[in-house]
Amino acid sequence: MQLSRDQLVQAYRRMATIRAFEERLHEEIAKGEIAGFTHLYCGQEAVAVGVCEHLADDDFIVSTHRGHGHCLAKGVDVKGMMKEIYGRSTGLCKGKGGSMHIADVDKGMLGANGIVGAGAPQAVGAALAAKMDGKGKVAIAFSGDGACNQGTTFEAMNMAVVTKAPCVFVFENNHYSEHTGPDYATATASDIAGRAEAFGMKAWRANGCDFFDSYEAMRELLEHVRGGNGPAAIEFDTERFYGHFEGDPQRYRGDGEIDRLRAERDCLIAFRRKVSEAKLLEAADLDAVDAETASLIEEAVQEARAAPLPTPEMVLEDVYISY
Amino acid sequence: MAQMMMREAILETIRAEMRRDPTIMMLGEDIVGGMGTAGGPEAIGGIWSTSTGLYEEFGPNRIIDTPISESAIIGSAAGAALAGKRPIAELMFADFVGVCMDQIWNQIAKFRYMFGGKSKCPVTIRLVYGAGFNAAPQHSQAVYAMLTSMPGLKVVLPSTPADAKGLLTQAIRDDDPVLFFEHKALYGMKGEVPEGDYQIPFGHARQVRSGEHVTIVTCGMMVGVAERAADQLAQEGIGCDVIDMRTTSPLDEEAILDSVEMTGRVVLVDESPPRCSVASDVAAMIANRAFAALKAPPQMVTAPHSPVPFARELESAYIPSAPKVIDAVRHVLAYR
Repeated sequence: MQLSRDQLVQAYRRMATIRAFEERLHEEIAKGEIAGFTHLYCGQEAVAVGVCEHLADDDFIVSTHRGHGHCLAKGVDVKGMMKEIYGRSTGLCKGKGGSMHIADVDKGMLGANGIVGAGAPQAVGAALAAKMDGKGKVAIAFSGDGACNQGTTFEAMNMAVVTKAPCVFVFENNHYSEHTGPDYATATASDIAGRAEAFGMKAWRANGCDFFDSYEAMRELLEHVRGGNGPAAIEFDTERFYGHFEGDPQRYRGDGEIDRLRAERDCLIAFRRKVSEAKLLEAADLDAVDAETASLIEEAVQEARAAPLPTPEMVLEDVYISY
Repeated sequence: MAQMMMREAILETIRAEMRRDPTIMMLGEDIVGGMGTAGGPEAIGGIWSTSTGLYEEFGPNRIIDTPISESAIIGSAAGAALAGKRPIAELMFADFVGVCMDQIWNQIAKFRYMFGGKSKCPVTIRLVYGAGFNAAPQHSQAVYAMLTSMPGLKVVLPSTPADAKGLLTQAIRDDDPVLFFEHKALYGMKGEVPEGDYQIPFGHARQVRSGEHVTIVTCGMMVGVAERAADQLAQEGIGCDVIDMRTTSPLDEEAILDSVEMTGRVVLVDESPPRCSVASDVAAMIANRAFAALKAPPQMVTAPHSPVPFARELESAYIPSAPKVIDAVRHVLAYR
């Protein structure tokens, strides 16, 4: 399917924004400016954007602890997220959630999640809600190759098939569940999509380092799911450029592995190459997006630094019952 | 007023609320019963008869008979709530809460807080609890203390058919998650139930008996046990002020403290084991806030600190009884 010039620019802008956001966090975390655990999405941008470019605000996504990319791809505010990660009271979640718990229900982003595998059942529920409304909306469960081994994921897949829920199980196989490879931890290491097929749903497989492959596979898949055929799954073969968390010494990586991945499996480089070979966009167009993205991230960081800190009396705010 | 059993009050409340609000849906194992069998849908109609006829009236999009997958049941209720619906999820036995604890504890309980106050989570989780049926250690427990201890969760234990209606209506309409504990042995209890719209706000205890000598604080199935004890003691001229907490969170601390200020003596009756229980929590609150009024140390009548045993003789010994409550009342009266 041919994308319009505007669609191509928007897809690139989303991917470039995620990359710039995460690369900047990597720098700032190293300086000690940001507290807590942060899990970066660099390398996987083509998945989040290839999925979310097909979605509207009233389609739902449920994300993971590596969720910044999913949020940004779904249209969550860059500056609100940055303030949240900086722990500011004007952050998207008032500094209560931080990196692992960003949510924006108005955007159909039902939450990142610190518990591996907890999101898939929630996506089934959002899909059942969409089914009740009967407007062809869907819910996406983002899971990694770690979450594919959680029982909750199996329960969710089975229940989605049984209830014909318009739910999409997106498995991002970045070849590391925390610090462990799928050859050890996943009994069907080279085939997570096959697990979904075993539950009775149709599954796709795509290159998660190529926006066009991701986007096209999702187009087919969503046509199937929005057509009332129940759930479906897709496994993306993708790469994680950083560690499990920031500060991870990554002693499990092979010699030169990260350099090789950055040279051969970078979705932004692949995008540039494809659109210039096909003469769809000029390099200058993409350079302009990069420049705009860089200044947006710079503004976001400066505003986050300047934003007010939460005060101790805010600890009790927003608990369902306060004592 | 109509006479009905608690199970009927619950079913009729769900039915009325579902008719009123099209965003309400219900999920649970065998709540339709018979799906995929020769008998067909509603061959069973829910093992507790609290969902009979709902599938026929509201259809499969709103009455969702699920596989035996508690994490998926509660997790999908959570997701549906975030997506704008008002789900009622049933845990066929409260003991199964362990299977789906992450979805309750790490997810539902924290959504509004983690998301900076910007999400609602109107989930009602109905948990069927309690001992008395020789159902053995994994189908008999009273697990409300654990959930009461989790910041934010609302925990409700109706003790009469009327309260079941008023509190369940409140639970379903509440924009926050509510854990609604239904005791197996109370399902068949008959009582007058107000007709029409009837809602009981949370955090308002019910005075079951009034008396000036000893305060008895209790909830759920134990309310009846305390009533029997109070009625027997009344014949001896001992007046018990029996307070049904109705909700262990929020807790009506004022109602309890007001009574203790008057009597100076308190017995806490709780179907759970004693450590980190609602009884011990309330006893600590009383000791902390009404110390000067106390004429005797608070006494707890609880289950022993053991799993719920199977055999009739053992289970009878396990469940707090009216004679044990009477002994405790005499004990606090005899102190000094």
